[in-house]
Amino acid sequence: MDRLLFGDNQFFGVNHMSEEKARAQAMRFQDIDAVMGVLDAAYDEGITTFMCTTHGRIAQVCDRVRANPERYKDFTFFPGMPYAHKYADAITENGMLGAVRQFLPEEGLVNAALRGGRSLAKKDIEGLTTLLVDAEMAMFRGLRTPVIWLQNVVVDLLLGLGFDDAFVIFAEHVRKRYDAEPGFITMNLPRLLDTLERVGVDNPIVCSNINKIGFRMSGGIQGYQEALQGRRFRAVAMSVFASGAIPPREALEWIYAQPNIESVVFGASSRANIHNTAMLVDELAPARA
Amino acid sequence: MIKVGIVGLGKMGLSHVAMIRAHPDVSVEAVVDSTGYVLDVLSKYTGLRTFSGMQEMLDAVELDAVIIATPTRLHAGMVRTALEAGVSVFCEKPLTLTSAESVELAELARSRGLVTQVGYHNRFVGAFQEVKKLLDAQAIGRVTHVLAEAYGPVVLKPKGSTWRSQRSEGGGCLYDYAAHPIDLVTWYLGAPTGVGGTVLGSVFSAETEDEVFSTLYFPDGVSGQVSVNWSDESYRKMTTRITLWGTQGRIHADRQECQVYLREEATAPEGYEPGWNVRYTTELTDEVWFYLRGEEYSAQLDAFVKRVQNRDLDGTNSFASAAVTDRVLELMVTDAAAGPRTLATGDAPVPVAPAPARTRAGTAVALLQHGLQVARAGGRTLVARLRKSS
Repeated sequence: MDRLLFGDNQFFGVNHMSEEKARAQAMRFQDIDAVMGVLDAAYDEGITTFMCTTHGRIAQVCDRVRANPERYKDFTFFPGMPYAHKYADAITENGMLGAVRQFLPEEGLVNAALRGGRSLAKKDIEGLTTLLVDAEMAMFRGLRTPVIWLQNVVVDLLLGLGFDDAFVIFAEHVRKRYDAEPGFITMNLPRLLDTLERVGVDNPIVCSNINKIGFRMSGGIQGYQEALQGRRFRAVAMSVFASGAIPPREALEWIYAQPNIESVVFGASSRANIHNTAMLVDELAPARA
Repeated sequence: MIKVGIVGLGKMGLSHVAMIRAHPDVSVEAVVDSTGYVLDVLSKYTGLRTFSGMQEMLDAVELDAVIIATPTRLHAGMVRTALEAGVSVFCEKPLTLTSAESVELAELARSRGLVTQVGYHNRFVGAFQEVKKLLDAQAIGRVTHVLAEAYGPVVLKPKGSTWRSQRSEGGGCLYDYAAHPIDLVTWYLGAPTGVGGTVLGSVFSAETEDEVFSTLYFPDGVSGQVSVNWSDESYRKMTTRITLWGTQGRIHADRQECQVYLREEATAPEGYEPGWNVRYTTELTDEVWFYLRGEEYSAQLDAFVKRVQNRDLDGTNSFASAAVTDRVLELMVTDAAAGPRTLATGDAPVPVAPAPARTRAGTAVALLQHGLQVARAGGRTLVARLRKSS
């Protein structure tokens, strides 16, 4: 994994600090050219991995990248799924089966429909889960997706419910069908590591809030530090600036004082911010062996 | 360890199971749902003990508390059953469809020494708690007006038929959405003395309202305005906002931040100064043992668990406080059915599309009030005519 990953919250009106700011960003990035402008700026800074949701508009980014293979030859997607809103809306509108139908992969429609229908009837979560992953991955066909994430709302729901098998099902399917590494996003890192270890998902890639002020680090900042010190997993830190509550240098100095941070994911809307973050990381991150 | 059962496995019920199952002081003994599908999946993959009815669960399992997350229409009966079985209750909002019933349940719980709580999670949002602290400290002086808003994308097309689209089930924008900002207002200002100008408007829904507008009247000339719309696609998710004006300043808060303007004359609480002050969620939010969809959901369950452990009958969001909110919702239904009070034509007011009343008693009240209003307005018209002719 790259040391810096570029996130997509800013493109979709997600801001954990201010709803006004979130709305202003949603307006600015309504135009896909504005999104591509920022992605190009990051790419030109050498940040070639885009960690994104499967929001409908990401499909447009995929189209742009596919259409210009020369320009984007190193462009890498780390898709995160499911885009929860999309399913919540679909289930409200069309019920469970209707929602599954709506998101069927384009290819093998009949097969997929049968698989979905049969899985539903048998309460076979494996069939259903893999089907939904395939549906989500359709937009990335032909693109590089070496890591595929399960989103935190789903990870943490499954984690709390004790639905441990789902993590194994997801990991195996992603490895087998996409030759990709499974990633798990969580707000409850220590607890998730316990569960993944128990079900045998070895050395998992896990993305969680890791920041100096302990913002949204359930299990406590100390629990996170102990995990980084002693557990076998590949850590991706998000929310390192705690939505702007910690100044960039201070935030990253603290991050790189922690052991075993493999990657940092960050979002930014301007070329200047992207450049500054990249410079700081170059300066502060320990050299890779 | 307190032993908990969860009734109703919709979106909120499942979230409750996930959060409370992770709580270090709780053991989830059983879950209940009327549809077999979710139950079977849960029992197959998580080992949870399942029941298709609440009474069966209460008969078979010894519990300290239940969490009820079923459609609102079912709350009253289920809460009563639980309380009569000697079990403390956390119930999703709104508590019931009539405030009289809510009051009765609050009394029943108190007489049996049982803990009650309702899922108005906004009272556990750091920014909204900060507002409460500021008001208690009289930071903005005497409050004169409050604006309570909520907007979001729930009903965006003229279809869909879940319980949320049925008024008789306790669905609709008023009970499902507007209840949140209204509950915050009753927390901040207490019970209103009356409501007026209520509009329960439909945007897409055939059987219930999608937008709610109303004026609330409080003692000493304090007023409030409610503006809620769940058919607003320009919001990514539900956004609740509170703005309060006072003689010494103004407070504006949503779940992310609390913006406060204090006049020079104001007595600024510690950490605040005259002019603008902003507190963000990052500094207002306490850590929770488990995070799912927002700290406030975990925080309210933790508060409930602690109260059950300590048999603490008075706490945030008891049935008694939820009954106050139920009463306001009820008044608004009645008020909306009565239609406009002052007509441009000067004729007696006629209800424009009266909303279906919730209960038989509600209908009777509405009709009675309407009758009184017509009589009063008729009287006014008569007086006006007499004046003109004299």
